[in-house]
Amino acid sequence: MTTRTIVVVSAGLSQPSSTRLLADQLAAATARDLPAGTQIITIELRDLAHDIVDNLLTRFPSQALGEAIEQVLRADGLIAVTPLYNGSYAGLFKSFFDVIDPEALAGKPVLIAATGGTARHSLALEHVIRPLFTYLRAMTVPTAVFAATEDWGSASSSGGDLTARIERAGAELAALIDRSQPAAPADPYACVPSFEQLLRSR
Amino acid sequence: MQFGIFTVGDVTTDPTTGRTPPEHERIKAMVTMARKAEEVGLDVFATGEHHNPPFVPSSPTTMLGYIAAQTRDLILSTATTLITTNDPVKIAEDFAMLQHLADGRVDLMLGRGNTGPVYPWFGQDIRKGIELAIENYHLLHRLWREDVVDWEGEFRTPLQGFTSVPRPLDGVPPFVWHGSIRSPEIAEQAAFYGDGFFANHIFWPTEHFVRLVGYYRQRFAHYGHGTPEQAIVGLGGQVFMRKNSQDAVREFRPYFDNAPVYGHGPSLENFTSQTPLTVGSPQQVIDKTLTFREHFGDYQRQLFLMDHAGLPLKVVLEQLDLLGEVVPVLRRELDALRPADVPDGPTHEARVAASVTDADTDLETSIR
Repeated sequence: MTTRTIVVVSAGLSQPSSTRLLADQLAAATARDLPAGTQIITIELRDLAHDIVDNLLTRFPSQALGEAIEQVLRADGLIAVTPLYNGSYAGLFKSFFDVIDPEALAGKPVLIAATGGTARHSLALEHVIRPLFTYLRAMTVPTAVFAATEDWGSASSSGGDLTARIERAGAELAALIDRSQPAAPADPYACVPSFEQLLRSR
Repeated sequence: MQFGIFTVGDVTTDPTTGRTPPEHERIKAMVTMARKAEEVGLDVFATGEHHNPPFVPSSPTTMLGYIAAQTRDLILSTATTLITTNDPVKIAEDFAMLQHLADGRVDLMLGRGNTGPVYPWFGQDIRKGIELAIENYHLLHRLWREDVVDWEGEFRTPLQGFTSVPRPLDGVPPFVWHGSIRSPEIAEQAAFYGDGFFANHIFWPTEHFVRLVGYYRQRFAHYGHGTPEQAIVGLGGQVFMRKNSQDAVREFRPYFDNAPVYGHGPSLENFTSQTPLTVGSPQQVIDKTLTFREHFGDYQRQLFLMDHAGLPLKVVLEQLDLLGEVVPVLRRELDALRPADVPDGPTHEARVAASVTDADTDLETSIR
């Protein structure tokens, strides 16, 4: 059986960051429902911040950013986690997805999650972040996980807590990965139309 | 092997002085550069085509006709001529006229153009870019090879009994390069016709273009024009030289840091390591340019960008003097390495001698 790969994109800017903490827990929860040996690759956008801006300006990625994008494209499942700033995703988070070919995430299983100060921001996941991945035609799982600061101190026994949401989202992503074909990035040269086809399709 | 310069024709403020040249000065500077290119022994001058500020060259054949009258041996070309938004009939007429005036010293590079609003300004749709390039060139190709053309396509008024005048000089149309930075469809188009493919790789990493050029070479052979190694490839380059490489870096850095395309982005050091840009001594330029052949195989034309980002004319002319010292070395090295059965850069004389018209006629018959 093919080894499955989960790529985690974390846009937390502080170190250590609660966004990364949430991302790691989501990855672990997903991996628990997949066969042993599932690979987890974590990309901290903070490490690529300058490269991402350079790519916006020059329209090509540095080697490090190019490798990170390639890992995202080859992932069987993607966990995308951002802090919420001013009611929306962090600009760095959006910029990272802006430098990826907009066709390249079509059909990709994606779990979205966010961190924020209070639960009053939680619907940003549904109103801002899910539509981004809908535009990219990715397959987002139904449960999006929001962690407010107070969630990190809530008891697991109270039901509906953060841990339960993480477990449910991880299980949903694992199930979606399990039903999907192993990911392979599209090869732009694999299906170039012949000149006769180009001429006829005018 | 042909060497030359190509210019975008941007009017850019010199970041070291704050001075912006007027359009008239910039246009005349481009002409001066072309004459200097011939004086220092280069083979080709090519101008871009733009229809928006801060660029000046909206009318390339007007400029090239003027330069033709002031030069003797220089090949006059474009980088690029917009095959999407220009009427192919007008391209056929303008470049045939230029070809006569310049006694054959003319070729052209076709490109789609990436300035969104230019398409609607000229009544076209950027989403149809590939289709426009395919159909318009198909018509252009026929207009230069068939005396009377009947035509009906998607994008322009039909033609009945149309003859494009003047007919190409000696019955041999100008050589055509197709330029693209990311579309294998354009490599396919160039390969189908046996035309040249120009990979302007100056702003992008080399690896990206290796595959594109490789695809063109393979399809060139597929369509029966020769071996992959015999396909006609042109490459871009961008250099800034001083005898002492530290001087070159110090002088060019403010231009780099504020340049329209990549300014305020990656460092000069990062950009030079990832792209063909070389800032240093003439020997460093020679060494870097020779690596192009290792990546892309033997090729026919090397064009350098020498004058963008607000560099003053005086500095550009000094750069062309240095390029005039570098090119003979490159020419000797690359010509010596090129196998005998790989063609040299295309010239009108060589194309007349090879009577390419026969082959072209066969091609036309086969695709109708």
